[in-house]
Amino acid sequence: MRSIVRQLAAALALFWVVLTLTFVLIRAAPGDPVSFLAPPTATPSEFAQLRASLNLDAPVTVQYGRWAREIFKGDLGTSFVARRPVTTVLGEALPISLTLGGISLILTFVLGVAIGGLQGARRGTHLDSVLTFATTTVYAAPSFWLALSLIALFTYGAAQLGLPAWLRLPAFGVRDTAGASGLAELVRHAILPVLTLTLVGAAGIARYARTSAVELLGLQWVRTAVAKGVPARAVHARHVLANALPTLLILFALALPGVLAGSVFVETVFGWPGVGRLMVSSIFARDYPVVVGATVVYAAIVILANLAADLVLPLVDPRRRT
Amino acid sequence: MTTFWCTAGWQTRAALLVLLALALGALLVPALAGTSPTAIGDALALRLLPPLSVDASHHFHLLGTDAFGRDLFVRAMLAGRLSLAVGIAGSVLAGAAGIAIGAIGGWEGGVLDRIAMGAGDVLLAIPRLVILLVCAALWPPGATMVITILVLTGWMGVARLVRGEVRGLRARPFVESAYAMGASPARVLWMHVLPNALAPAIVAMALGVGSAVLLESGLSFLGLGIQPPAPSWGNMIADGRELIVLAPWIALAPGLALILTVLSCTLLGDALRDRLAGDELETMRARS
Repeated sequence: MRSIVRQLAAALALFWVVLTLTFVLIRAAPGDPVSFLAPPTATPSEFAQLRASLNLDAPVTVQYGRWAREIFKGDLGTSFVARRPVTTVLGEALPISLTLGGISLILTFVLGVAIGGLQGARRGTHLDSVLTFATTTVYAAPSFWLALSLIALFTYGAAQLGLPAWLRLPAFGVRDTAGASGLAELVRHAILPVLTLTLVGAAGIARYARTSAVELLGLQWVRTAVAKGVPARAVHARHVLANALPTLLILFALALPGVLAGSVFVETVFGWPGVGRLMVSSIFARDYPVVVGATVVYAAIVILANLAADLVLPLVDPRRRT
Repeated sequence: MTTFWCTAGWQTRAALLVLLALALGALLVPALAGTSPTAIGDALALRLLPPLSVDASHHFHLLGTDAFGRDLFVRAMLAGRLSLAVGIAGSVLAGAAGIAIGAIGGWEGGVLDRIAMGAGDVLLAIPRLVILLVCAALWPPGATMVITILVLTGWMGVARLVRGEVRGLRARPFVESAYAMGASPARVLWMHVLPNALAPAIVAMALGVGSAVLLESGLSFLGLGIQPPAPSWGNMIADGRELIVLAPWIALAPGLALILTVLSCTLLGDALRDRLAGDELETMRARS
């Protein structure tokens, strides 16, 4: 119990330091946000007014205090561009990112562990080396390039190769989202983005999973189980998988940042209005409150995932219950 | 080096050769090419030629041409100069910073060490791409900015590895003997401890080149890294994005160069790691 409290406190402290870091970064950057926002015809008094309305006229320490108080109240400020609270803007984008990322994360995990586990079980075979080469190659491909290649393959390529119409997958643009046909259309549009995120993520996870599978299969009690005549299937299911659970949990927490980073590109390429695309467009619009808000969301997700992994680990591994 | 080559598998050899070929190509091809990779010539006659085509003036275009009639092979090689330079500089400088921070932290311990490791934990809690994006949003884009951010966000892994090694080595008998022979702490760290602690850092740096090249290309793809007309693999792929359905080769060609680079770095890093792990096993066996 005490360790849970300690872990929670550590996660909160870490989150606070991340928030402070983003505050410092924004303030340390060259350029005055007021000069970006004010119209070219603004008079010095209008400049001062704008500066005061953005809380930029006080000393940095006072600004920090004010900013911290607002964060505690759950207020991330107002978007310069949308003229709406950042929390509302993020609240609209987050479910889209979470759905896209969540489905991809689950598929990433299942596919990655399956490939890595298969490689570990068939270590040294032809299949193993082919899969290693495949995962290493996909791992080396940037997600935006993979996304563009899939678009080229399933639009232009599918037409050129004379593939059936249902294999010509849409990349952008949803006609309507109402009703069952709208849902089907949404699913068809989600295939390529989810596929991109899953391929990139699964390649990375498979590399880790193979290493830990090889390690587990080489352990002495696995050899003992095999020697005493336990069928291979039972060894893999009972002895290896049960002991792989902690590793799998850590892998799950590791896979998350990759999917998040990938979603920035995938949302940009496929035009999905999620947090990643919002962040990129806000950067170009110098919409600092939204940039900070998106950073906070990403940091919170990663910290929460790590915390969850830390808290669940003792449940699946009795040795960690100390 | 020669023994590394002789005992390496075919994949490692291929990776070394590919990296060498890419580096040589990046240096030589733009210099020797008849056409300029940045100048726009007879755009109407030359634009969007598919790979392996010959134009009216009998110039051969291995990877085709882009929307402005510029040869994609020469452009990809020119882009390789910047992409490789930024990737290598970013990874090596980040590695050097990590080695310095990890070595001093592990050697001295105390408050400095705790602050450095704490800062590392904070940076690891945010996805690296997000920090890169925030910094790219705040500072003017360009190669120097990309390298600076790669260093600022890339030192933690190496620092942690080196710190662990140094802390382990501090208690070893050869350190005590060096002290007994009158060496100063700085000399012991520099001459005796550090050389023994570098192996994992070198592996991390080799693997880091690949991820640095990937991150640079990502920033440039979004328009936040290397700015056109200077070509980088990332902004070349961005160029091809609008024409992906009409002329997919514009985006695919620089992507292949990128994948070859990252793949080679990963294979090389893996091979180095296996080799160093093997060496460690052997020394352990010899010791026992």
